[in-house]
Amino acid sequence: MWAFNPSIPPIKREMPSRYRLEGFECHDCGFRSLPPRQVCPRCGSRNVSRVRLPRRGRVLQHAVVHSAPRGYEFYTPYVLALIELEDGTRIFSQLTDVDPEEVTQGMEVEAVLRKVRVGGHGGPVAYGLKFRPVLER
Amino acid sequence: MREVYVIGSGLTKIGNLWDKGLRDLAVEAGLAAMEEAGVESVDAVFVGNMMSGILNAQENLGSYVADYLGLSGVPAFKVEAACASGGAAVVSAAMAIKSGLFDRVLVVGVEKMSDMTATEDVTSALATASEADYELFWGASFVSLNALIMRAYAQRYGLKEEDFGWMPILMHKNASDVPYAQLRFPITMEAYLSSPKIADPIKLLDSAPMGDGSAAAVLSASERRDGEGISVALVGFGSATDAMALYTREDLVELKGAKLAAKRAMEMAEVTPRDLQVLEVHDAFSVMGYLNLEALGVVEPGKASRLIESGDADRSGSLPVNPEGGLKARGHPVGATGVYQFVELYRQLSGRAGPAQAGSPELGAAMNVGGTGSNVVVTILRRVS
Ligand SMILES: [Zn+2]
Repeated sequence: MWAFNPSIPPIKREMPSRYRLEGFECHDCGFRSLPPRQVCPRCGSRNVSRVRLPRRGRVLQHAVVHSAPRGYEFYTPYVLALIELEDGTRIFSQLTDVDPEEVTQGMEVEAVLRKVRVGGHGGPVAYGLKFRPVLER
Repeated sequence: MREVYVIGSGLTKIGNLWDKGLRDLAVEAGLAAMEEAGVESVDAVFVGNMMSGILNAQENLGSYVADYLGLSGVPAFKVEAACASGGAAVVSAAMAIKSGLFDRVLVVGVEKMSDMTATEDVTSALATASEADYELFWGASFVSLNALIMRAYAQRYGLKEEDFGWMPILMHKNASDVPYAQLRFPITMEAYLSSPKIADPIKLLDSAPMGDGSAAAVLSASERRDGEGISVALVGFGSATDAMALYTREDLVELKGAKLAAKRAMEMAEVTPRDLQVLEVHDAFSVMGYLNLEALGVVEPGKASRLIESGDADRSGSLPVNPEGGLKARGHPVGATGVYQFVELYRQLSGRAGPAQAGSPELGAAMNVGGTGSNVVVTILRRVS
């Protein structure tokens, strides 16, 4: 079984959030997060709207996966990270183009489109915005 | 408001029980609990289970378990709250009794994990406790989410690798003489430190094993005293939720739901953390065990490892923690775990914990955690004599 449903409709449905980082912003408390919501989880306000989140940020915390759920075995070891985007929004993603040993806290990263998983035999290929170290500085 | 008493308990051995299916386990524990309670019927059945739909292709567990227990006709429900399913079933049963609708209710926690023989599949099934589209999509497993918590916790309080070893070492020591425990052998700090990492920084020896098992309890509005005039009352319970996905929480190492559940249970029982004399906490991972102790308010944040290291949490210590070995060594048949904790607490308070008996406590609490703390149940039992 799969840890998430790898069929086409949910992949299509989540496209704005996954590929354009469309999240939400609460106009009462300022909380921002992915995916869009109708009610702010922090203050309960419904005065919210969609917002495009920045594609750069830094690594707040990470974990290295050696024992993967079904469908992700091929990619081990891979790095999961809690990322704080430039506007302070926290999101969750994978790091890419980096050796797990070289990940540091505060490391600057940027979003890049990558394959996340193949949905089984003949199933859809799921893509997502992973984050890689910012090269130029 | 009506009182709720525990009048019977039953449990099965935990492990890869190839010869027993989900119904066999549930019936074994359920009948044992009814026999101990001296009853042949109940008004309702609450089944705590997380993954039967995925692992056993069997849902509708209320009817299924009631049928095989010979109780067809009674109202029966499956209660699901990830790893806190067992605790949630206990609380549901208690609410039903308190409401006055039922007088006597059977709670059965059961999880049959070993029928799914590939680890990746069980890992995926367990992961469904987290948010599918924004955590699991990225290949997060339950272990890796806890790894994020552990790293943040270690950094916040300046803890070293070995500080996390004290929890599993005590759990293995405690389980070694518990007949129904899954891992009945001691481990050393050397073994802990050299244990392989499954999601850095979480080691294999930080993690509870996968196993099958079932535990059951009969709750009743009427007291039933044993030969020595002792009975056990469920004097407090509380449950609470927290943000589903870890990344949306303000603080990775604050289990808000756990704190809320503990507060609610203690308010109902009219007790403080200092009154507690024995604890059952949810050590699915060492760090989760520590966070539970801190959320219960029995130690200051960051000091849980010292409580365990000091020996105070031993069976003979001032505040025994998981005298039967906890999730780490007694075992963690997910949806059954909360009921195991509840049954163990009941047996501690009624002096029937056998080799695991930790003194003669009169008041104790169990904390059962679902997801990465997104659903938490706390129950408080008191000995009445
Ligand atoms: Zn808000």
